[in-house]
Amino acid sequence: MALVTMREALNQALREEMRRDENVFLMGEEVAEYQGAYKVTKGLLEELGPKRVIDTPITELGFAGLGVGAAMVGLRPIVEFMTFNFSILATDQIINSAAKMLYMSGGQFKIPIVFRGPGGSAFQVSSQHSQALESWFAYFPGLKVVMPSTPADAKGLLKSSIRDDDPVIFIEQERMYGNKGEVSDDPDFLIPLGVADIKREGTDATIVARSLMVPVALKAAEKLQEQGVSCEVVDPRTIRPLDIDTIIQSVKKTNRVVIAEESHPFCGVAAEISAEIMERAFDYLDAPVKRVSGGDVPMPYAKNLEELAIPNVDQIVAAVREVAYLD
Amino acid sequence: MPKLSPTMEEGQLSRWLKKEGDKVSMGEPLAEIDTDKATMEMQALGSGVLRKILIQEGESAPLGQLIAIIGEPDEDISALASKAAPAAKAAAPASSPEPALAEAASDKNSPAAPSVSGNGKEPAPAQSSSGRLIVSPLAARMAAESGIDLRSVAGSGPGGRIIKRDVEDLMAGQTAKGPGTQSGQTHLRAVENLPVQKPATAEASAYRDQPATEMRRTIAKRLVTSLGPVPHFFLTTEIEMDRAAEMRKGINELDPDLKISVNDIIIKVAAAALMQNPQVNASFQDKIVRYYEQADIGVAVAIDEGLITPIVRAADQKSLSEIASEVRDLAERARNRKLKPEEYLGATFSVSNLGMFGVDEFTAIINPPEAAILAVGAMTPKPVVRNNEIVIRQMMRVTMSCDHRVVDGATGAKFLQTFKKILENPLFLVV
Repeated sequence: MALVTMREALNQALREEMRRDENVFLMGEEVAEYQGAYKVTKGLLEELGPKRVIDTPITELGFAGLGVGAAMVGLRPIVEFMTFNFSILATDQIINSAAKMLYMSGGQFKIPIVFRGPGGSAFQVSSQHSQALESWFAYFPGLKVVMPSTPADAKGLLKSSIRDDDPVIFIEQERMYGNKGEVSDDPDFLIPLGVADIKREGTDATIVARSLMVPVALKAAEKLQEQGVSCEVVDPRTIRPLDIDTIIQSVKKTNRVVIAEESHPFCGVAAEISAEIMERAFDYLDAPVKRVSGGDVPMPYAKNLEELAIPNVDQIVAAVREVAYLD
Repeated sequence: MPKLSPTMEEGQLSRWLKKEGDKVSMGEPLAEIDTDKATMEMQALGSGVLRKILIQEGESAPLGQLIAIIGEPDEDISALASKAAPAAKAAAPASSPEPALAEAASDKNSPAAPSVSGNGKEPAPAQSSSGRLIVSPLAARMAAESGIDLRSVAGSGPGGRIIKRDVEDLMAGQTAKGPGTQSGQTHLRAVENLPVQKPATAEASAYRDQPATEMRRTIAKRLVTSLGPVPHFFLTTEIEMDRAAEMRKGINELDPDLKISVNDIIIKVAAAALMQNPQVNASFQDKIVRYYEQADIGVAVAIDEGLITPIVRAADQKSLSEIASEVRDLAERARNRKLKPEEYLGATFSVSNLGMFGVDEFTAIINPPEAAILAVGAMTPKPVVRNNEIVIRQMMRVTMSCDHRVVDGATGAKFLQTFKKILENPLFLVV
């Protein structure tokens, strides 16, 4: 175990998996010579060489398609988007090819590919470069969607994603690359996809949070503990497949739920989780499920407005107090 | 116990078709039940494992009572099973049309809904302005499993929504709260210890609801069949009023403006006796018995159009002078038809006095949902035997009408005994 940043944890995962399996290769804009726009691919070109670590032109649709083709013939590509904002250009390859190929080929073509890169809100990069896209990808059958919130989860989940035979969308939070945490250096340290993690145990209310919202929810839970409210923080870690059972068990224990997310509220992942809870645990709810989502607006550039568009500790505290009937 | 015939009120378990530990799937025959009409097969309402049988063959259970638990093989059913014991005594709502086989299973494929009393098919309680009962799904389930009638629960959530803590409060026998109030203290009072002067509330009495026991419900059902919805019985006693009359005279000589009447003393004494006999300061409400914490005494006032009973709130906490001036004010405004509804609705006990008309003794009709009313006759000098001698005493006859669904003969008699003791020795009021 060592204390490392999320960035280093991801780098370890990439390095270990590329050492382990020579079919794994990495491509994307600036991943090789420049060692990654966010330095996640630092040192990989030097160690693994230009055949396995490949700089691409600025052509997301093109190199996403190259990746799908490579996966069809047995390689295991990792495609880095400089940010997930640019994956929008590649969605035809991701959704129409990667997600559906196994089904449309009658099981003949597996697509073991990982599309990864930073997503979610970033620091003052305005509307086009600061947004949460997970609900897009989670919508389609055939894609797995992973969103780690700690360095350990990032490493364990990325390694599992690379070894997985299905296409995985792996969204790293742009503001979290510098977050530190204890990470295992066991080359076979894996965290299975589809298993939620209870980041904090509690009895009075459940906060479901993912990615950037996990540390925010944990701070809110601490604040609420001082007010005598015991919160359980559940991090699904993978949006799809979703570990709804862990969420439902928590709801059955606490009877109250707040779902925090930085994405827009409409048709968001919280809406889906909320519906699942209603269908599976209706008789255990003592209050309506409450969502705390990002603003239903394009991300503003101005710092003060940007702050207002991203959920904060106080909003989560207020939401929990509301479902616990404390105000 | 599910409803297996249209007129069924309880069922006798004839034969279990599954043993504890057997796997069952939804719709599979689980037991044979003798209803009032025939022996019927009861089907499982969920899938899982028959974890616990709560009613043995030959035993009966009313509709809605928990009779068995189906769950996951390793699911913790201890809470449910322990809840079943009180639920078995406090019979589940007979009017609930839903079967209440406890569905402990969380299997997503068997979404059998547990029964919910107080659903749309039942008469709406006065919980919300629309008349609909607003209740969280969890609270509804908890109430159904515990045999609690949600109509007896005050909701403390937004818009009067009944939530988990309201049902828990009720199960814990705590004081029911008005909307939005936080848990507070329950004040138990011994009337003897109260100072005479104390600011008393103008609010209606707080109360504590307790599930009516099986015996209480049977008594209620049988008496109603015989005597109508409020089965009355009557208790009469004769009270020596010399000391009370003397006290009244003494107080009024001290301050003629007080104008304390005998009836004011009777109200005060009745309130004190109620505090010592809380079973009478109650109300029978079908599945629960409601016990009030203060004595809100209705005082029957004859007016031109008929009769109205304005209320002296918290008479147990008020001084005689407060009661006297309040009764005068209420009676005056009653005659002028100026009373507000909260001034004449919701007493916990009533006093009707026809002594001023020279009536020696009469019976009064209970004003529901109160449990009793006291009919007071005239105070007249009579020869009585004291120490083997015939002496003249001021005697007054009172007759108490009791709602037999909640007050039994001995209970009423004990109240009347206390009432008589204090009234004959009014110094008890200040002891």
